Amino acid sequence: MKHEWPLWEIFIRGQHGMSHRHVGSLHAPDAEMAIKNARDVYTRRNEGVSIWVVQAADITASSPSDKGPLYEPSESKVYRHPTFFDIPEDVGHM
Amino acid sequence: MYAQMVKTAGTGVKSRAEMSAEEARFQDRIDDDQKIEPKDWMPEDYRATLIRQIGQHAHSEIVGQLPEGNWITRAPTLERKAILLAKVQDEAGHGLYLYSAAETLGVSRDELTEMLLDGRMKYSSIFNYPTLNWADIGAVGWLVDGAAIMNQVPLQRTSYGPYSRAMIRICKEESFHQRQGYDIMMKMAQGTDAQKKMAQDALNRFWYPSLMMFGPSDKDSVHSAQSMAWKIKINTNDELRQKFVDQTVPQAEYLGLTVPDEGLCWNAEKGGYDFSQPDWSEFFAVLKGGGPCNRERMNDRIKAWEDGAWVRDGLLAHGRKKQAAKHAAE
Repeated sequence: MKHEWPLWEIFIRGQHGMSHRHVGSLHAPDAEMAIKNARDVYTRRNEGVSIWVVQAADITASSPSDKGPLYEPSESKVYRHPTFFDIPEDVGHM
Repeated sequence: MYAQMVKTAGTGVKSRAEMSAEEARFQDRIDDDQKIEPKDWMPEDYRATLIRQIGQHAHSEIVGQLPEGNWITRAPTLERKAILLAKVQDEAGHGLYLYSAAETLGVSRDELTEMLLDGRMKYSSIFNYPTLNWADIGAVGWLVDGAAIMNQVPLQRTSYGPYSRAMIRICKEESFHQRQGYDIMMKMAQGTDAQKKMAQDALNRFWYPSLMMFGPSDKDSVHSAQSMAWKIKINTNDELRQKFVDQTVPQAEYLGLTVPDEGLCWNAEKGGYDFSQPDWSEFFAVLKGGGPCNRERMNDRIKAWEDGAWVRDGLLAHGRKKQAAKHAAE
């Protein structure tokens, strides 16, 4: 069995932040220790008010080679952007 | 430089004609200033060089806690003690950020630690010098952290994304370490004669080791050329050393202290100082393990690692037990 503490990814929501942001990672034996260490390492200068820790092994990431199939379809769908639609000036602000 | 004398893996810079299609695409991305991310394809030598450099940088942060930690219990005022504690804590955090960045390259932190402990990896030569008086803590902050910043600021633009982001985070904290060190030096230099003497003594001993932190002159090195072509390294050692001297000499003058270099003089033509090179034979001896504190530093790290094994294992076993109990309850 491996003797290394598992790796955790750390997400923090800032004081006025709308969402949690990934700030880094650390090794810890369990989730509670991961939160304690994240508090010490990543919020020592009032960086945030909420911490999420997730074991790195539980994260699945998209692959750079999937860039085409994943993101290209959006390029041909300009009508998804509000600026695509022309509203006559006479109608006023919409 | 925290990660000095990193031997770049590979045989030197390849011309376009020698590159495979993948290598050419990679070099195009580098030339276009795009960041390389963990899941992107990269040449094996690029990966190996980064593991060496980031790993060595991380080790330096960890070993660097020892010379300063030496004065925690003896700091002259409670305020200075609290500041020093916070600083040493920051260095531990910097080590952590850097190990995390290195791990995105496929090496584990424990592997890196073992390579440090069995001598396969290095750390910065500067931490093999002893801290002999309180002013040394000021000199380390002012000169050693100053030299580190000189090196790390350009590394914020280094081509590997996780390394560059770690550097951005570290630079924010490192700059006030330097201020804090200079603050100690000011107090000492403006204090009693005995205090001023301590400050001068600290400057005398840390000046050349600080200049060595940038590594030897590298204009003829093929290794360095490759690291620069990959934008792992942004400036040459000599450029950074010159910048450091130009910035630091006026700071020493302000303190009323003398830089221990008789050859030091302003060169109006180049707009910088001419200065004497450090004793490079001393530098290579320190890197090979022959510095004043090499053995002590490694012994301390090995002892902490070995004596702490049962604590790490115990916490891991407890963590697994809790995890199993949680699953059983679900």
